[in-house]
Amino acid sequence: MTQIAMRKMKKDQAGTIAAVKVGGELGRRIREMGLVPGTRIVIQGRAPLYDPVAIRVMGGTLTLRNNEADLIEVEIEEGGNAPSQG
Amino acid sequence: MSAEIVIALAGNPNAGKTTLFNAITGARQHVGNYPGVTVEKKEGLYELEGQRLKIVDLPGTYSLTAYSVEEVVARDFLVKDRPQVVVNIVDAANLERNLYLTCQFCEMNLPLVVALNMVDVAKDRGIAIDAEQLSALLGVPVVPIVARTGTGVEALMREALAMARQGPGPEHPAISYGEDLDSALLSMEAEIAKTPALARLYPGRWLGVKVLEGDQRIVDQVKAAAPDPASRLIEVAETVSRHLDTTMSTTPEAMIADHRYGYIKSILRQGVVSRKFDLDRLYTSDKIDKVLTNRFLGPLIMVGVLLGLYYFTFTYSKAPIAWVGAFFDFLAGQVDRFLADGPLKSLLVSGVIHGVGGVLGFVPLIMLMFFGLAFLEDSGYLARVAFMLDRVFRTFGLHGNSVLAYVLSGGIAGGCAVPGVMATRTLRSHRERMATLLTAPFMNCGAKLPVLAMLIGAFFSEYQTQFMLFSTLLAWAVALLVAKLLRLTILKGDSTPFVMELPPYRFPTFKGLLIHTWEKTWSYIQKAGTVILGVSILLWVMMTYPGLPAGAKAQFAAERQAAVAGVPASVVKAATAPPEEEENQAQVEGTEDPDEHPGLNGAEDQAVADLRAKLDDIDQRQSQTALEHSLAGRTGQALESVSWLPGFDWRVNIALLGGLAAKEVIVSTLGTAYSLGAVNSASSQSLSQTLAEDPHWTPRLALALVVFIMFYAPCVVTVACIVRESGSWRWGLFSVLFNTGFAFALATLVYRLGGMF
Ligand SMILES: Nc1nc2c(ncn2[C@@H]2O[C@H](COP(=O)(O)OP(=O)(O)OP(=O)(O)O)[C@@H](O)[C@H]2O)c(=O)[nH]1
Ligand SMILES: [Mg+2]
Repeated sequence: MTQIAMRKMKKDQAGTIAAVKVGGELGRRIREMGLVPGTRIVIQGRAPLYDPVAIRVMGGTLTLRNNEADLIEVEIEEGGNAPSQG
Repeated sequence: MSAEIVIALAGNPNAGKTTLFNAITGARQHVGNYPGVTVEKKEGLYELEGQRLKIVDLPGTYSLTAYSVEEVVARDFLVKDRPQVVVNIVDAANLERNLYLTCQFCEMNLPLVVALNMVDVAKDRGIAIDAEQLSALLGVPVVPIVARTGTGVEALMREALAMARQGPGPEHPAISYGEDLDSALLSMEAEIAKTPALARLYPGRWLGVKVLEGDQRIVDQVKAAAPDPASRLIEVAETVSRHLDTTMSTTPEAMIADHRYGYIKSILRQGVVSRKFDLDRLYTSDKIDKVLTNRFLGPLIMVGVLLGLYYFTFTYSKAPIAWVGAFFDFLAGQVDRFLADGPLKSLLVSGVIHGVGGVLGFVPLIMLMFFGLAFLEDSGYLARVAFMLDRVFRTFGLHGNSVLAYVLSGGIAGGCAVPGVMATRTLRSHRERMATLLTAPFMNCGAKLPVLAMLIGAFFSEYQTQFMLFSTLLAWAVALLVAKLLRLTILKGDSTPFVMELPPYRFPTFKGLLIHTWEKTWSYIQKAGTVILGVSILLWVMMTYPGLPAGAKAQFAAERQAAVAGVPASVVKAATAPPEEEENQAQVEGTEDPDEHPGLNGAEDQAVADLRAKLDDIDQRQSQTALEHSLAGRTGQALESVSWLPGFDWRVNIALLGGLAAKEVIVSTLGTAYSLGAVNSASSQSLSQTLAEDPHWTPRLALALVVFIMFYAPCVVTVACIVRESGSWRWGLFSVLFNTGFAFALATLVYRLGGMF
C-alpha cells in the first residue's frame, strides 16, 4: 500500500483517503463534501489544462483544484482499477 | 384554527429545494442544475386541512457553519426564527453526502421531516432506499418524493403538519465524536445547563460542538451572553484541541467531521441502501462527461456549443426583431400622422418611441439567448464550462464561475452585460465577484456591434472579419488583465476554493426553461420602460433645447424665401410635397417610368429636383446649427477641451454621451450629428461612407474610437445593475469613472501612436 497526494494520482486510479491536511475554511469545505479519511475515491478526469481534477466520491462527482488536491493524502489501491462499464 | 405554521425547506445545494417549493406553493422561483442557485430566502403560502402554512425556501448549504452568506442566511433563519417544522430535502442519489447536514439538524434538535427527493434518479441508477429503515435509524419521519413531478409532495406536507401539531419526537441519539471529544462535550454540556443565559440560546450539545469547531460567530455570541462560563467553555475546547494535536495531530473540527461521516456510513450499512450495480459504475452522465470534458474534445465542443448558441439566437431572432421594429415604426407613423409638428410630436417620436423601441427591439434576441442559456444551465453543461476554464480564470484572479458572466455579456460578441452582471451571483467570494462584474461590461455586447461594424466597414473594409475577431480577443484580453489589476489592488484577496459538485446532466423541463426565459425577459422589458424611457427623454431634451434664437431662425426662413422666389408655384408644390404622396400618385397614374413625375415635363422635373436639394440643404444646415446650439451640442464642444487628445470632435462627443444611455444610440446620434437627414436604418451605411470621405476621419481616429467605445463607461442599465448587484452605488460610480478613464487613456495612446507613422 502506498500513500500519495491526490494530485499525483492518475486518471481512473482509485484509493481511500488517509488524511486531509488542512484546517480552516478550506479544510471544512473539503470535509463537508465527504472527503474524510476512509472515503473511497476514483479519479474521474482532469480539465484540459490539467487542473482542476474531477473525482468520483460516494456515487457523485466533485471537482477540486490541484493545490487543494495536494492537501489530501490517499492510500492507493493496487492493481487495475478501471471502473466497470455498464 | 391556530396561527400560521412556518415550514422551512433546507438541504444541500442542488437537492431540489426550490423545485419542491414551486411544487408546493405554485411559485415560479428560479431552478437550475447548478449548485447554489438560490441565494436569498423566499416565502410562499400553502393551505392544508384548513391550516395556513408559510413555506420558506432557504439557500442550499453543505453544513451549518457560517463561512458564507448563504449559510448565515440559512442558519440564522433556523436558529432565530425557529420554524415549527424543518423539511430537510435530501438527494436520494447522493444520500451519504446529504445526510451530513441532516446529522447537524438532528443535533440542533430541530423538528425535522426528511424529504427523500429524486428517488426517480436513484431508481435509474439502480439504488433502492428503504425509507422506513432510514426513518427508524434517524428517529425522524422520512417521505420519498419526486419534487419535479409532485409525487409524494402531499404526503410530505401531511407529515410536516402532523409534526407541527405534535411537536418533535424524543431527542435524537447523540453522535459519538470519540472518547476525548465526548468527555469534553459532557463537561461543556454540564456548564451550559448551569447557565440559563446559554441554555436558552441553543441545545447544549450543539453549542458545545460549535465551540469545539471554533465557529467564530457562535463563540462571540456565547461570550456576549455569559462571559465567565464562555471562558470556561473555550478553556475546555483549547485543552482538548491541544491534546488531539499532540496525540493524533488532528483538530477537533476534523475529528467531528470524520465521526459524522462514520456515523452516516454505519447507518447506511444497516440495510438502508441497496445497489444493483457497484459504486464505480459509470452512469449515463459520466459517459457524456467522458466526451464533453475530454481534454482535447472538451474545449472544441465548448467553442462549438457557444458558437451554436450564438448562431441560434441571431438567426432566429432576426425576423421577430424586424417585426418589433416594424411595430414601432408603425407607431411612430401614426403619431406623425395625427399630431401637428411641434415639440410634443418630436418628443414622442424621437424621444419615447425610438428610444424605448430601440431597446425593446432587442427583446426577441434577449429572449432566445436566455432560452439557450437556460438550457445550458438546466442541463448541467455550464458547470462543466466552469470546470474546464477555471484554470485560465484563476490565473487572472477570477473563478471558473466567472466564465458564465463573460459569455453572457458578449464574450462571443453579441450578448448583454445586464444578464452577465446578474450571473455573477454564482460566485461565492465577494472580491472575485466584484472583479468579474466590473470587467464583464468590457465584452462586445449586442449594442456595441453596430457601431463597431460601421467604423470597421468604413476604414478597414478589406479586413472586416479579422478586425471583428481581433476586437473580440481584445475584449477578453483587456477584461482579464483589468480583472488581474483589480485583484492585485483594490480587490486583493485569496482565490476561493473550487470544491464544487458537478451535478449529473439532466434533461431540462420545458416549463422550467420557459419560466427562466420569461422571468429574465420581463425584467429586461421593465428596465426599458423605466430607465431607458427616462434617459431617452432626457437626451431628446438635451438635443432639442435651447432652440435656435429667433434671429437665426429668421435667417433660415429668409433663405428659404429666397430659394422659392421666382419659381413657378407648381414646382414649389411638387418639391415640398411629402414623398409618400408622390409615390401614391405615381402608382395611381401607372406610368412606365416611375422616376419620371407625371404631369411635369423634363425641365420642370429638373427644377423640382434642384429646389428640393436646395431646401433640404437649408433644412440640414438649420438642424445642424440648432444641434450645435443645443445643450448637448454645447456640452460636446466643451468636451473638446479634453477629447482632442484621442482626436474626437464635438459630434463624436455627443454620440458618446448618448451612448451612456445605451450603446445603440451612438450610431444614430452620430448620424444625426453628421446631418444625414432622417435617422433610419440606412443611415449607418451612408454614415460609413461620409466618414470615410471626411478628411478629419483617418483610420487611426476610427481605431481610437473603436477602442474607446469598447471600453468606456457601461450603459446606464448596466450601471444600475452593477449598483444593485454590488449593493453599493460606489461600484457603479467606479465603473463609470474607471472604465472611461481607462478607455480614454487607451484611445489616446492608439491615436497618438498612430500619428507617429
Ligand atoms: N429527476 C429529478 N430532478 C429533480 C428533482 N427535483 C429537482 N430536480 C432537478 O434538480 C436540479 C436542482 O433543483 P433546484 O430546485 O434548483 O435545487 P435547489 O435545492 O433549490 O438548489 P440551490 O438553490 O442551488 O440550493 C434542477 O435541475 C431540477 O430540475 C426530482 O425529483 N427528480
Ligand atoms: Mg434553490
